[in-house]
Amino acid sequence: MEDVTQAFATAFRMIVSLDPVLLEIVGLSLEVSLGALVLAAAVGMPLGGAVALFRFPGRRGAIVLLNALMGLPPVVIGLLVYLVLSRSGPLGDLGWLFTPTAMVVAQFVLITPIVAALTRQVMEDLWEEYEFQLRSLGAGPLRAIPTLLWDGRFQLVTALLAGFGRAIAEVGAVIIVGGNIAHATRVMTTAIALETSKGDLALALALGLVLLGLALAVNAAASLAAEYARGHDS
Amino acid sequence: MSRIEPGPAILPLEFKSVGYRVGDQSLLEEVSFRLEAGPRTVILGPNGSGKSLTLRLAQGLLRPSSGRVAWRVENRLEQTMVFEQPVLLRRSARANVEYALALHGEPRGRRRERAREVLAQTGLESIADRRARVLSAGEQQRLALARAWAIRPQVLFLDEPTAALDPPATRRVEDLIREIGASGTKIVMTTHDLGQARRLAEDVLFFCAGRLLEVSPAADFFESPGSREGRAFLEGELSW
Repeated sequence: MEDVTQAFATAFRMIVSLDPVLLEIVGLSLEVSLGALVLAAAVGMPLGGAVALFRFPGRRGAIVLLNALMGLPPVVIGLLVYLVLSRSGPLGDLGWLFTPTAMVVAQFVLITPIVAALTRQVMEDLWEEYEFQLRSLGAGPLRAIPTLLWDGRFQLVTALLAGFGRAIAEVGAVIIVGGNIAHATRVMTTAIALETSKGDLALALALGLVLLGLALAVNAAASLAAEYARGHDS
Repeated sequence: MSRIEPGPAILPLEFKSVGYRVGDQSLLEEVSFRLEAGPRTVILGPNGSGKSLTLRLAQGLLRPSSGRVAWRVENRLEQTMVFEQPVLLRRSARANVEYALALHGEPRGRRRERAREVLAQTGLESIADRRARVLSAGEQQRLALARAWAIRPQVLFLDEPTAALDPPATRRVEDLIREIGASGTKIVMTTHDLGQARRLAEDVLFFCAGRLLEVSPAADFFESPGSREGRAFLEGELSW
């Protein structure tokens, strides 16, 4: 018990004193997850919009698939990205395996379906309201997608935050494709796993507290965004 | 050159035996008429007679189940519609107008000037920078008209444009409709307000139960309707 108390005290000290090792790991985690989020937003939002607005054969199946992909197990994604990026894989020549880039790719694959599926739902609701008006002004579905993305921006923040929350908290994919290499690919979740197994509870706890803080901040931001969206609906 | 310079005339518009069904229910049957440029056309009829449906079919928002809707020249950009409850984008009044201009290919440099001009014409210049969705119902409807007018459509469809407005706001919208009509835009509108129909209509299409019963100059229709249903409607014996 004394060890745990001591570990908590050390963890707090590390956070308050902005311990360089802690900062490095938190910095890389944010860099990787925000990078993945930017890419997921660039792909997932237009994709979600297209599925919502266009009518095409197999659309219902596409929606089911998109929703199912939201629950993809991170280790499976890690394994698939590993196979693609490994030396004998189709993109092995890029030399991305065990680099932060590989981790961005894995998290991008993990969260793009989340962003796309949540965007589709928001866009479909908006399209129901806007369709006749926009079509009567001469805008088809293609032109309507950026319009609705802009008009639904406050609701869509929630989709992005959900994606970010999933990315920053996952461990399975990044540990497979990143390798958890100190000063290179060690992020919060992989470091917590490693430090706990080594018995260095202080660093693990400090990272855990930061991660918890980030999770709370993301949830608070999502609530605020949703509230702001309601305020801007009228 | 601006895309909203007048294109080839898209009128006349012809409905050729148009029908519209939902499941096994027929909402519009064998409707045929021809709309020429010029006079303001008001579509009248009781609830469920097919007035709004006719506008949506004319505008191309819905496809007929049978028959054909034919324009002289098919050009969706030369006609637009204002709804009873217009959907305004979540941006400023000015940005709403500029959005429509952008859709119609107006060069970026000229959008602001055209928006300023049309907002002034509709009495909305002082609230150009306010969020469109917080405007009053009357201001929102005038903004919807301004947005439609900005693109200088050859035909403007209005679906009960004053149904949700109080009398002063209704008057202002009616003045605006006259002004838009006078600028060369063909007005085709539905209304539930018989007084408004008398004030604005130059031609009347009278519908009842999904069928077009009369096409006539407004004065003739209001003086001596040619159908039993038309007479009953004017005497308030048909609900609307």
